[in-house]
Amino acid sequence: MPEEREIVMKLWRGDAGGGAFETYKLPAQEGEVVLDVVHRIQATKAPDLAVRWNCKAGKCGSCSAEINGRPRLMCMTRMSSLPIGEITVSPMRGFPIMRDLVTDVSYNFEVAKQIPSFTPAPKPPGGYRMSQVDIDRGQEFHKCIECFLCQNVCHVIRDHEDNKRVYAGPRFFVRLAELEMHPLDTLDRRAYISEAMGIGLCNITKCCTEVCPEDIHITDNAIIPLKERVVDARYDPVAWLGRKLLGRPAPLSAVQAARYTGAASSAARSPSARAVPASPETASSTGLPAD
Amino acid sequence: MLRNDRWWLQPLATVLGLLAFVAYGTWTAFRGNHYFVGYPRDYLSPFYSPCLVNSCGKAADFGHLGGIGTVSPALVILIFPMGFRLTCYYYRKAYYRSFWASPPACAVADAGSTSPSGLRSHYSGETRFPLVLQNAHRYFWYFAVLFACILTWDAVEAFRFPGGIGMGLGTLFFVINAALIWIYTLGCHACRHICGGSAKRFSRSRVRYRFWRDVFTPLNHHHQLFAWMSLIFIAWTDLYVYLVSTGAVHDPRFF
Repeated sequence: MPEEREIVMKLWRGDAGGGAFETYKLPAQEGEVVLDVVHRIQATKAPDLAVRWNCKAGKCGSCSAEINGRPRLMCMTRMSSLPIGEITVSPMRGFPIMRDLVTDVSYNFEVAKQIPSFTPAPKPPGGYRMSQVDIDRGQEFHKCIECFLCQNVCHVIRDHEDNKRVYAGPRFFVRLAELEMHPLDTLDRRAYISEAMGIGLCNITKCCTEVCPEDIHITDNAIIPLKERVVDARYDPVAWLGRKLLGRPAPLSAVQAARYTGAASSAARSPSARAVPASPETASSTGLPAD
Repeated sequence: MLRNDRWWLQPLATVLGLLAFVAYGTWTAFRGNHYFVGYPRDYLSPFYSPCLVNSCGKAADFGHLGGIGTVSPALVILIFPMGFRLTCYYYRKAYYRSFWASPPACAVADAGSTSPSGLRSHYSGETRFPLVLQNAHRYFWYFAVLFACILTWDAVEAFRFPGGIGMGLGTLFFVINAALIWIYTLGCHACRHICGGSAKRFSRSRVRYRFWRDVFTPLNHHHQLFAWMSLIFIAWTDLYVYLVSTGAVHDPRFF
């Protein structure tokens, strides 16, 4: 009879006030993912364990966590893919801890309100036409499940919380790229992307791409094209001269573009100070070991 | 530190690889000799191409512009390819991670994220001088296209042998070197944007779309690979020219 293997899993237990890792041991079962083991711990050893999940199929983006320090979806991480030994599961470090493995990701929804909305030219019903080649480019961006692993791993806000006020983060650069590349959209967001969304803070180290469970090439297909568009609008004297000679309009200012955001408060419409508070209770201040 | 894998391996390998190239490049740039094999071959080191000063002698394919005293001709030329690679999106990732540790790896803290006092330090990314100059990448790309043309000409010249056309082992290296430079240059993110990606509607720019889809995007997908391959092959081609020039190696002729 084969020897029964044992799983040793350390789960973060605590809340915004502090906490610590607790170790759980349980027998291994064939074909499990990390979320299965967490559920078994919840069912048999820690009924008060808080964990957010929904589809268990990598499509809802709810069960984001850090497994052995790497941001991943718990439901898409097979136990057999992890090295033998102790497995650590901790909440996303980039967001305030609510309880145990659950974090408060509302920062992202505040940023979402700051995105200037889709703005097609006015046409009568049935008047809009798009070609397949124009639609194809944006399809990749539609795969985003908003798990916010990219936001969590981005060091611009993970290691420098004060930047949450001035930086949108990879998920929203994907959204902005989707809008900027939409064949029917007419709004010029380039100055806004630079001034209010803080794309210049990104130093393209590609961690967002590495952790994306949907395999979206965030850096190559969204962030760098946006950076190049910002160069067109702000840093390229040849492009400036071309606009002057051809009589093309100057890029829309960030203040003008901000009028198209869904944010209600006037502060949110100021490109220099978005209404996103830098949270003091992110995981790094609640006793989680330093990165 | 919750990551228990060998995350430090990649930044370490990058540091070693780039430092090795910088060390070799510095030696070859300041060397100022054995960068050209004249008769019976016509090989000019890519570090010294195009050689435009009087001291280049027969190696100056494109004429002489004057003298630069005792300064190595390579130092004048290398500003442009070096600027192209320094501002390249791939190399930025490589040196931000491995030299500046910003961050050294994913979910590993920035080296400078916390000051000795325990307060979080300010991070400004590429918004301030000098890093805001990274936005000049596309201008270096324009020069890179020019240099790719020149290196292609050098590869053509490498077929010139006494009595007509021929091919030596060095010729093969020059052709591979030029090909890798073209592949790296055409896979550049700025190139991908300028030549196609900037279009709002591909349906109105069919030719640009085809180039974007079939040439620039596939090459861009492997930009990191070709960045390293072209870097290594430049050094190798230069070393080969040096060895043939000094007589340490005999260049075999195929035909």
